[in-house]
Amino acid sequence: MSLAASIRAALSPQFTLDVRCSIAPGITMVFGASGSGKTTMLKCLAGLHRPDAGTIAIDEQVIFDAGRGIDIPVRRRGLGYVFQHLALFPHMTVERNLHFGLASLDPAARRARTASIADSFRIAHLLSRKPSEISGGERQRTALARSLVTDPRFLLLDEPLSALDHATQSRIIEDLRAWNAARGIPILYVTHSHREVFALGEHVLVLERGRILAEGSPQEVLDAPAHESVARMAGFENILDATVMVANTDGGTMTCRLAESSAELEAPLTRAQPGTRVRIAIRAGDILLSIGEPRGLSARNVLDGTIAAIQRKGATVIVMVRAASTFEVHITPRALEALRLAAGMHVWIVIKTHSCRIVSAAPEL
Amino acid sequence: MDWPAIGLSLRLATIVSLILLVIGLPIAWWLAFSRWRWKFLVEAIVALPLVLPPTVLGFYVLMAVGERSPIGRAWVRWTGHGLAFTFEGLVLASILYSLPFAVQPIASAFAQIDRGLIDAAATLGSPPWRTFVRVVIPLSIEGIVTGGVLSFAHTIGEFGVVLMVGGNLPGITRTVSIAIYDQVQGFHYAEANTTALVLLVFSASVLALVYAIVRKPWALASLP
Repeated sequence: MSLAASIRAALSPQFTLDVRCSIAPGITMVFGASGSGKTTMLKCLAGLHRPDAGTIAIDEQVIFDAGRGIDIPVRRRGLGYVFQHLALFPHMTVERNLHFGLASLDPAARRARTASIADSFRIAHLLSRKPSEISGGERQRTALARSLVTDPRFLLLDEPLSALDHATQSRIIEDLRAWNAARGIPILYVTHSHREVFALGEHVLVLERGRILAEGSPQEVLDAPAHESVARMAGFENILDATVMVANTDGGTMTCRLAESSAELEAPLTRAQPGTRVRIAIRAGDILLSIGEPRGLSARNVLDGTIAAIQRKGATVIVMVRAASTFEVHITPRALEALRLAAGMHVWIVIKTHSCRIVSAAPEL
Repeated sequence: MDWPAIGLSLRLATIVSLILLVIGLPIAWWLAFSRWRWKFLVEAIVALPLVLPPTVLGFYVLMAVGERSPIGRAWVRWTGHGLAFTFEGLVLASILYSLPFAVQPIASAFAQIDRGLIDAAATLGSPPWRTFVRVVIPLSIEGIVTGGVLSFAHTIGEFGVVLMVGGNLPGITRTVSIAIYDQVQGFHYAEANTTALVLLVFSASVLALVYAIVRKPWALASLP
């Protein structure tokens, strides 16, 4: 099965959702910052929000067509939807929650279906409990099972796992993949976490200000972002203004001078001509920090500077280094101890050529 | 002790609160979920009996059901007698008078329901009426019970509207509050005292029972 949509919905004078996409079987991530229109897109596909124009079709069946006045109501679209806050019925047991979508079946068939889905999602031992009496992960499993027990033709997931730890997330996703292996329905998974995109998705759509900005495999889209805004969302903490100075066509690199300084960085060759202004995106985790001047390295970019600030955030230490521009560098707590770093220290930062991504500013939308 | 008056009051209050539940549910639903920009006008009209003196309301009901008004004439054509100074007239007036006591608790219970639950029910193939019965009513049962109890108690206690619309006809429109007023007027303080006490004990017991049903003090396990 596959889902094809081309919809436009004006939510306010400032914001219009305008997307055109074709969703193949399997998990497609919809990635974007909050307010980018991700949830609105799901609501339009589900029929909970009526688009102003466009069409939506599942395989050959048109479920929405503004021009022809077709608008199949939510309850007849044959979809599964897991809401951001799950929306489990608090007054019903897990079993009754699972039964809710099976009203048309006789009791024996209903019990059989419920038992089978509860098995697939490992909640069979919780059937008699209320949602308030089970853990967060169990609630997510229940919500997922409830939306799948009706055998939907497509599944919409609105940040369903964002509250869970990574291990629990991937176990639930493995169960979802196993369930979908035999069925092959399109699954749209909305998230704002680039980590989830890499961990869970086969395909990703990047949404910004209501438009699809990029599309492809997580590696294509997020490791080599074409746009500055995608780079920001994809976890590139350092985005620097620079001007292309020399293109070394033979070596496959180009030299760029950072704005407002004389420091130069070597970046992979792009089509940008000498003299053009570009932006260079670098992940904070891709930068090395050294307390002595490094020698004999293959990395081409070595800058010296001083530590402006050190901040601990969970298992990551964020070091801000003032060197030509201000660089954010991520190191481990053990590295911090071993090097005895402190604010004001003179340090060197080392960046490989291929850790520098040339991105363009956000396109005019 | 004026047993017919007590019986009449109970009958009136039961009929009125049942009718109010039936018409109050859709009105409360509309008030809780409508996005109509002039909704506040309807809210104001529903709340009007809270602030209006019962005599004013009673006066307009009397005018509206009188034989010179279209409603009164239609009723006479249909039933053969007028509405003023009858039990049916009393029911009509009491419904209007107690409307906000039924509608407001129900509407505020509806408004607290997570819209996501209603959307979720729709994605699970549930038609609106089924969502209403299986999700909305169970989750707002406290508000519905409160609305029913308040309109019952309010009808038992009403005085001014009854006097205006129903008068004081024993067995037809003479409710318990009118009976007490009558007994006091005739200096029968002992009788007034017993009637009043019966009403007091009855009202307190009903309220306690209803709140107990809602709060379930015996079901300790379900307390948070």
